[in-house]
Amino acid sequence: MPVVMPLASILLLLALWQAAALLVGGRLLPGPMPVAQALLREAESGALFHHMGVTLLRVLAAFALAMSIGVGLGLPMGRSPFVDRLFGPWLVFFLNLPALVVIVLAYVWFGLTEAAAIGAVAVNKIPNTVVLVRAGARAIDEGLIDMARVYRLSPADRLRHVLLPQLTPTIAAAARSGLALIWKIVLVVELLGRSDGVGFQINLLFQTFDVAGILAYTIAFVAVVQLLEYGVLQPVERHCQRWRRMPAEA
Amino acid sequence: MRGLTLSAAAGEVVALVGPSGCGKTTALGIVAGLDRAFDGVVEVGPRQNGGPARLGYVFQEPRLLPWRTVRQNLALVLPRAQRRGPAVDLMLDALELSQFADRFPTQLSLGMARRVALARAFVVEPDLLLMDEPFVSLDEPTALRLRGLLSQLLDRRPATVLLVTHNLREALALADRLLLLAPSPGRVVAEVPVTVPRAVRDDHAVEALRRELLARPEPAFRLLA
Repeated sequence: MPVVMPLASILLLLALWQAAALLVGGRLLPGPMPVAQALLREAESGALFHHMGVTLLRVLAAFALAMSIGVGLGLPMGRSPFVDRLFGPWLVFFLNLPALVVIVLAYVWFGLTEAAAIGAVAVNKIPNTVVLVRAGARAIDEGLIDMARVYRLSPADRLRHVLLPQLTPTIAAAARSGLALIWKIVLVVELLGRSDGVGFQINLLFQTFDVAGILAYTIAFVAVVQLLEYGVLQPVERHCQRWRRMPAEA
Repeated sequence: MRGLTLSAAAGEVVALVGPSGCGKTTALGIVAGLDRAFDGVVEVGPRQNGGPARLGYVFQEPRLLPWRTVRQNLALVLPRAQRRGPAVDLMLDALELSQFADRFPTQLSLGMARRVALARAFVVEPDLLLMDEPFVSLDEPTALRLRGLLSQLLDRRPATVLLVTHNLREALALADRLLLLAPSPGRVVAEVPVTVPRAVRDDHAVEALRRELLARPEPAFRLLA
């Protein structure tokens, strides 16, 4: 029974939470029931869906931006030592740049705008994607590259049929860690400089010391991100890897 | 390699025979333009109807794209306009691969994958076909069958072929001319024309030619044994 263990695990967590809530008590740590009530309240008012929708759009925009730029830089860096030496030091710099610095500077330089918010989130994820994709690109099968050269495949065909399929596992790993990282940073960006979204809402709830509300938003958003992972990322990855699962001919 | 000179007339099948390490594969890489770290000249004539010569290459390993089906592997090497045309299916048919058209290469045996690689090389209608031990590590009946298919394909549509092999029987069965190579430095040490037409070269003829070569007294032929 594959569902038994995860279910037991979640029940255990809920039990521990309830016990801790009873021990600490009241406003500081509300138990599962008050949080569920807060969730219901926010859902009924429509605030939950509005703020989650806005945050989700920001997550998707930053994700798309970070993945395409990350692959666009990581692939040439993995394939060409010259490009790698040219951009390698930049990578070290951006890898060590704190997320908060990027966000604050983006708002200072570009104003409290949507583009600044999404751009700042993407900049935080790009270096990590570049590192992963570069490593994947270095491990590409040279034999297939030679084949593509001999048969004069166009650059577009080489990318689509020779390079990217080999990078699928790498890109999938980058996408997975990227989704988790990006939604966390999006909340910070919203808290600092947007007037809607889950991050903005959590800031409001923080000021009224509404811990139940904060937990309600958190749980709702974690659920959405998990849904994206299982509902979108994993099926796409399975489709790209279908050739691996084919049984060999006897 | 030093002072390696070889030429092939249009439509001629030339076999490069020699022990491993004498630069056979390197020579093919240079002709194909894959290896540019050499001093020398490679000249490939134009197509009969003008335009640059088309190249086919059968590598030592099949080198098929594992994430594309057999049909897609063949279609990809064609110019975009021809991919949906009949060429791919005709070639699959000629090599008795039609029933495997929608399989992925991971589902094929090595012999079958090599046959697809052969189909891919021929579907571009190559003017120059480079083959690097195309039938190595196959069991003898499968290798024999593939050699037969290659021979048929060449009869139907001649191409200039450079065939690298360490298998003397294979070279004698397919080539119009053998070049024997020796290592360090890699060079041509003997040239053997095969005068019997390919169509009438059966196993006995090949075996007779092989005995004849092995019996030659010159030192170059001792490398073959």
